[in-house]
Amino acid sequence: MTSGLNLLLSAPLSARLGMLMVLLVLLAAIFAPVIAPYGETQIAGDVWLSGSAQHLLGTDNLGRDLFTRLLFGARNTIAIAFLITALSFLMGTLLGFLAATVSGWTDQLLSRIIDILMAFPTLIFALMILSVVGTSIPALVVVIALLDSTRVFRLSRAVAMDIEVMEFVEAARLRGEGLWWLMRHEILPNAMPPLVAEFGLRFCFVFLFIAALSFLGLGIQPPTADWGSMVRENAGAITFGIYTPLWPATAIAFLTVGVNLVVDWFLHLASGLED
Amino acid sequence: MPPLLKIRNIVIEGQTGENWEPIVKGLDLTLHKGEILGLIGESGAGKSTLGLAAMCYTRPGCRIASGSIVFDGQELFGMPESQLRNLRGARIAYVAQSAAANFNPAHRLIRQYAEGPVQHGLMTTVEAEANAVAIYEQLLLPDPENIGYRFPHQVSGGQLQRAMVAMAMSCRPDIIIFDEPTTALDVTTQIEVLAAIREITARYDTAAIYITHDLAVVAQIADRIMVLRNGDLVEENDARKMLAHPQQSYTRDLLAVRSFAKKALDADSEVILDVADVTASYNGQDNVLEDISLQVRRGRTVALVGESGSGKSTLARVITGLLPPSSGSIVFQGEELPPAMKSRRREELRRLQMIYQMPDTALNPRQKIRMIIGRPLQFYFGLSAQEQEQRTLELLAQIELPEEYIDRYPTELSGGEKQRVCIARALAARPALIICDEVTSALDQLVAEGILRLLLDLQRKLDVSYLFITHDLATVKAIADEIVVMRDGRIVEQGPRNEILTPPHHDYTDLLLSSVPQMDPDWLDNLLAEREAA
Repeated sequence: MTSGLNLLLSAPLSARLGMLMVLLVLLAAIFAPVIAPYGETQIAGDVWLSGSAQHLLGTDNLGRDLFTRLLFGARNTIAIAFLITALSFLMGTLLGFLAATVSGWTDQLLSRIIDILMAFPTLIFALMILSVVGTSIPALVVVIALLDSTRVFRLSRAVAMDIEVMEFVEAARLRGEGLWWLMRHEILPNAMPPLVAEFGLRFCFVFLFIAALSFLGLGIQPPTADWGSMVRENAGAITFGIYTPLWPATAIAFLTVGVNLVVDWFLHLASGLED
Repeated sequence: MPPLLKIRNIVIEGQTGENWEPIVKGLDLTLHKGEILGLIGESGAGKSTLGLAAMCYTRPGCRIASGSIVFDGQELFGMPESQLRNLRGARIAYVAQSAAANFNPAHRLIRQYAEGPVQHGLMTTVEAEANAVAIYEQLLLPDPENIGYRFPHQVSGGQLQRAMVAMAMSCRPDIIIFDEPTTALDVTTQIEVLAAIREITARYDTAAIYITHDLAVVAQIADRIMVLRNGDLVEENDARKMLAHPQQSYTRDLLAVRSFAKKALDADSEVILDVADVTASYNGQDNVLEDISLQVRRGRTVALVGESGSGKSTLARVITGLLPPSSGSIVFQGEELPPAMKSRRREELRRLQMIYQMPDTALNPRQKIRMIIGRPLQFYFGLSAQEQEQRTLELLAQIELPEEYIDRYPTELSGGEKQRVCIARALAARPALIICDEVTSALDQLVAEGILRLLLDLQRKLDVSYLFITHDLATVKAIADEIVVMRDGRIVEQGPRNEILTPPHHDYTDLLLSSVPQMDPDWLDNLLAEREAA
């Protein structure tokens, strides 16, 4: 993997900055129990205190330490968003490649089902399902992953169709190779650049989507800390001129910008490879 | 009289990563009024780059580093872009290789013709369109009054290329640069275009730079020829003198291309592929192939010849089972093959392999040679990783590539080397028959010749049969034992090579054969006179 390392070293400044930002958040998430001065749900002081030596960023609406909750929130938000994105890519690319490789009726059937799923506004659809099945974390992961996989399906099907018409795929077919080989060894390696770029973008969207759901009260449930619900819980404070809700909002913006800086670079690389 | 164009000691560089590497290494070029100069060389010789430099233009990623380009007394190198734009198109015009890719498909031909003269303020739209009709007539385009009102996709490839020549002529330039204008055309249409170019440049006394890789083509057109290689001049001389007495060995190699021919084999071997009365269509109604019957014998080569659209590649798709025929049978080594590829057994697939025209797209760019050649070994014979490696090295030796290529990616290989890897991949399956679909047409002539010799050599050693699809009759002469001539989805004529290549021919075979350019500067004149008389 020396080529991978060289690639990282050749990254432009913006991408390096993005990587640094993501790395910072990841470290905070991993070492949250070590760094955090208080417990995740521990009531440590008065309500909505401003920043001080005891409470770096002050306290929230119940008097919990905001800095501590930001660290733990990073854990939950990132882990869940990553899980959802990975799951949606697994389903989306598998079905997308299948539709492109088998084509015919399989393609028609899959594409139309996806069309139906995409016809619903995602937030409404997610609200509907979550209010039926209840708002547990597994339900959240599966529902958002399913909704997100529709877009991944569209992309991976389109990319695979471009590759599918290449003669090396025909050569593999003529050799008698099965579907799995065609998808895994002929199509996937050539579809990687756009898919990786899309992965980064979708990760951000998922992350914002969870924040939106949490804000509406259907995302990650209290007392578990996550950035979206932290904004919601403390939103009232802004009317009193207290900064508390701005901190989790800043954290969301920070990670989103960081991931996007890296993704922009991936997109650039991917388009360069197509030349 | 001073020359019209004088390029002196020009260096053109191309960007690779951070570095600038010279592509054209200090060449001189002189062009007089009305003179046609042929630039010839293989890909990477710098001929197109030098040609474009005549209008002080470079492709993106290239730059003119130093030198001087004097056109009609003005120095172009260093001239502001706005002034250069006034010259380009108006006084120096350009005709690209693929007219189909260079016409805007959304506009009618005549509108694109008028664009230049109107833009340069030479004519009004009405004048330009009237003018277009006159030029179309001179270029012998059918229905010159109306053809301009068609869209690019509504005329044939040869007509489109002539329309492009007309477009270059629209401002009556002093110089036209022709960049491989006939390379993408069939031999029969190539003649129309060549004749049209010669006629129009002579009529208006236009000077031209004619860029091509085909010495026989340039022999018909050029007064003087420059042979380029790797950005350097190999040889420059009067066209007739060069053809008669080439000075350099490289020029002699180019002249001698395809002069070898396979020896006729007399003893008949068994029939391994028997295609009988095959009819096929893509939509179930219009037959692309009709009543095709042909046989391929063990260790022999059958060449399938025809122009584009004659159905040769479709026949390959039918034999491989990618397009099941609507009727007819395919018997391979004594067993009838199921029509659809999906119902064929692995063993049946193994014995029938295919090599494609474009080695770039036929090899997965993300797989190393080790995997590309190793996979069929594993797939068909279940060889272990170690056995695969050993056999792959043997195959690399057979295709005359060094052992260390095993860990390279296809993008690290040249076009000819990639095609060799495609051959090795086919051979790995130990096939009885290999279908070769235009395997040399994307390659330079000397490289193509190497591939043909390799294929012949392998056939002698391995007793493999080839079904060789090509539009190039020179290739046919070199490798075929039998020839099948196709036109519009039907077989026009078939038989042993010497029988087909010696007169009397079928009319269509005769047309194809007589259209292949010869290394004789008078060939086109004689041919046109002959056809005129007939």
